[in-house]
Amino acid sequence: MNVLEIQHLVKEYTDADTPVRAIDGISLTVAAGEFTAIVGPSGSGKTSLLNMIGGLDTPTSGTIHVQQQNITQLTAAQRIDFRRNHIGFVFQSYNLIPVLTAIENVALILQLQGVSKKERQQRAVELLTAVGLQDRIHSRPANLSGGQQQRVAVARALASRPTFVLADEPTANLDSKATENLLQIMQQLNKEEGTTFIFSTHDQRVINKARRIITVEDGKIHTDEQVVPDSATTLAPMV
Amino acid sequence: MNILRMAWKNLWRTKRRTLITVASICFGVVLATLMRSLQDGTYSNMIKMSVQLASGYIQLQHPLYQQQKSINHSIAPTASELSRIAAINGVQTVSKRLSSFALFSSGSTTKGGSVIGIEPDKDAETSNIQHWVAEGRFLNKGDRSVLLTQHTAQNLHLGVHDTLVLISQGYHGVSAAAAYPIKGIVQFATPKLNHLGVFMDLGLAQEFFDTGEQVSAVMITVDDYNTVPNTVAAITAATDGAYNVLDWKTINPDIVQFIESDQSGGMVMIAVLYIVIGFGIFGTIIMMVAERKRELGVLIAIGMQKVRLYVLLFCETILIGVIGVIAGFSISVPIVVFLKKNPVQLPPELATTYAKYGFEPYFFFGTTPTVFLYQVLVVFGMTALIAIYPLWKVKTLEVTTALRS
Ligand SMILES: Nc1ncnc2c1ncn2[C@@H]1O[C@H](COP(=O)(O)OP(=O)(O)O)[C@@H](O)[C@H]1O
Ligand SMILES: [Mg+2]
Repeated sequence: MNVLEIQHLVKEYTDADTPVRAIDGISLTVAAGEFTAIVGPSGSGKTSLLNMIGGLDTPTSGTIHVQQQNITQLTAAQRIDFRRNHIGFVFQSYNLIPVLTAIENVALILQLQGVSKKERQQRAVELLTAVGLQDRIHSRPANLSGGQQQRVAVARALASRPTFVLADEPTANLDSKATENLLQIMQQLNKEEGTTFIFSTHDQRVINKARRIITVEDGKIHTDEQVVPDSATTLAPMV
Repeated sequence: MNILRMAWKNLWRTKRRTLITVASICFGVVLATLMRSLQDGTYSNMIKMSVQLASGYIQLQHPLYQQQKSINHSIAPTASELSRIAAINGVQTVSKRLSSFALFSSGSTTKGGSVIGIEPDKDAETSNIQHWVAEGRFLNKGDRSVLLTQHTAQNLHLGVHDTLVLISQGYHGVSAAAAYPIKGIVQFATPKLNHLGVFMDLGLAQEFFDTGEQVSAVMITVDDYNTVPNTVAAITAATDGAYNVLDWKTINPDIVQFIESDQSGGMVMIAVLYIVIGFGIFGTIIMMVAERKRELGVLIAIGMQKVRLYVLLFCETILIGVIGVIAGFSISVPIVVFLKKNPVQLPPELATTYAKYGFEPYFFFGTTPTVFLYQVLVVFGMTALIAIYPLWKVKTLEVTTALRS
């Protein structure tokens, strides 16, 4: 089943001196359960593409269907509701809410969805345990390492049981050990919870973990191939 | 995680800045409360003194008396009229007065002043002049001796048991002259009143001025100062409009005018103070929104509706004001309450100046609820106005731009 269908997507930025065509006619489908990397050099259009898929930005033309719903026709307020219910975001620079503890950061989105307190506590603890942070649930972001913060961000992205998780260069600020660790967790959640991940990267170690690699250049899809990832079969036990 | 708790936590992220902002509001509230309380105390003391001693809250007069305070513009209210007035709900006391001017002399010294005929038995409840008798004793009904105010006595070199000579014009030009023994000296707290002149029994005054049963005014006091307008209307009705019924504001236009001009001067100062503080708060809010732009973007990105975000920022802005007001009141309320009970005596140099203008040499403080309510309203109004800024910022926030910032 396809969770995402993109047709003839174009994004032009006209606010600059010379208009930039960041996405130049991309068509693409993503099925449930995929673990897909969008790969390309800086400026190739990865962020623009993910922003539109996540309903953060609107395309110049083309359509995006998420679970059969055309999100390009939504109003700004409707897009906020859409994001809350369908998309899990992991940002490059963690972007946790500094005044909230790890568990509060994860539970926040559930609270916005109107989930009962007991249920959201339970879900948040479950997810923080899954990302290996069961001992740090009451820590504030400032007291966590970058890798730990990004794991909280992954837990937050999964809290609302989104249709898919979008991660824009999630490991760009992490060292290789934390990168390895985060990727393992994402793979495991993909396997065990069946969560669909779409992430952008230009880090070869991350690319090696993907099961599908879509390369983009100048806003166009260059290659799109299914691969056997590095350690898909030899996943290390989680710490 | 409710919004108020989150707002509270956000405020203390920049502890020092929030504390400085709160301190500035606190400072403003303390200063404004003290100023307003001083005004309130001064005014109510002025009103109380002049109303009690001189005018009563309401007066019944001859229609021409207010324009020309002549002995000829007298009235002779009947006993039944007076009892009808006394029966009106809220009326506390009803007493008659006859006042005019006279020359006082003793030896070679002559001074001008007022002659005020009072009903000594009723006066205890109204003007309470007996409270201010410094030497000798207060009057009794039917007395043929008089009370002299302190400065008048001093100027005439007279004391208790001496004799005072009065010369004046009586009713319709009759000449009036008499000599009366002095029963007591009155010394008021308000220095100006000590130049007033002579108090005597109403009967004696009527005899001196030859007015028969006529009086200059009927003074009426009420239980509650706020009922004055209603009582004025009731009295007018009870006396079929035969007299001019005036409230203390009309009788003392100078006091009202002084209060109004003094008050507006004070208001301007307080307004300037709050405007300066308002800009301080505004600066804090601008910084707060600017440095959290990305965070606001994240919250909208993950699905928080802008309204909710706005409520959060509104709470943060208002909270600064609330904390400031609470801090301010926790300092100013005890001070004001203490000062109300213990008026501050002025230093001697200031006291002389005050005395010259006829004020008591004290700083009086008041605790009328509006003294405090006003600060609450101003700070709330100000912060609510400032909170428009985050509203506008959130409304125009572009998620993708905010995330890139
Ligand atoms: N808001 C914007 N306004 C103008 N140009 C933009 C904007 N965002 C991205 N671009 C341009 O679009 C192109 C693609 O950028 P982006 O999607 O950020 O690529 P990537 O994430 O792969 O680095 C770049 O040339 C970039 O300069
Ligand atoms: Mg990018």
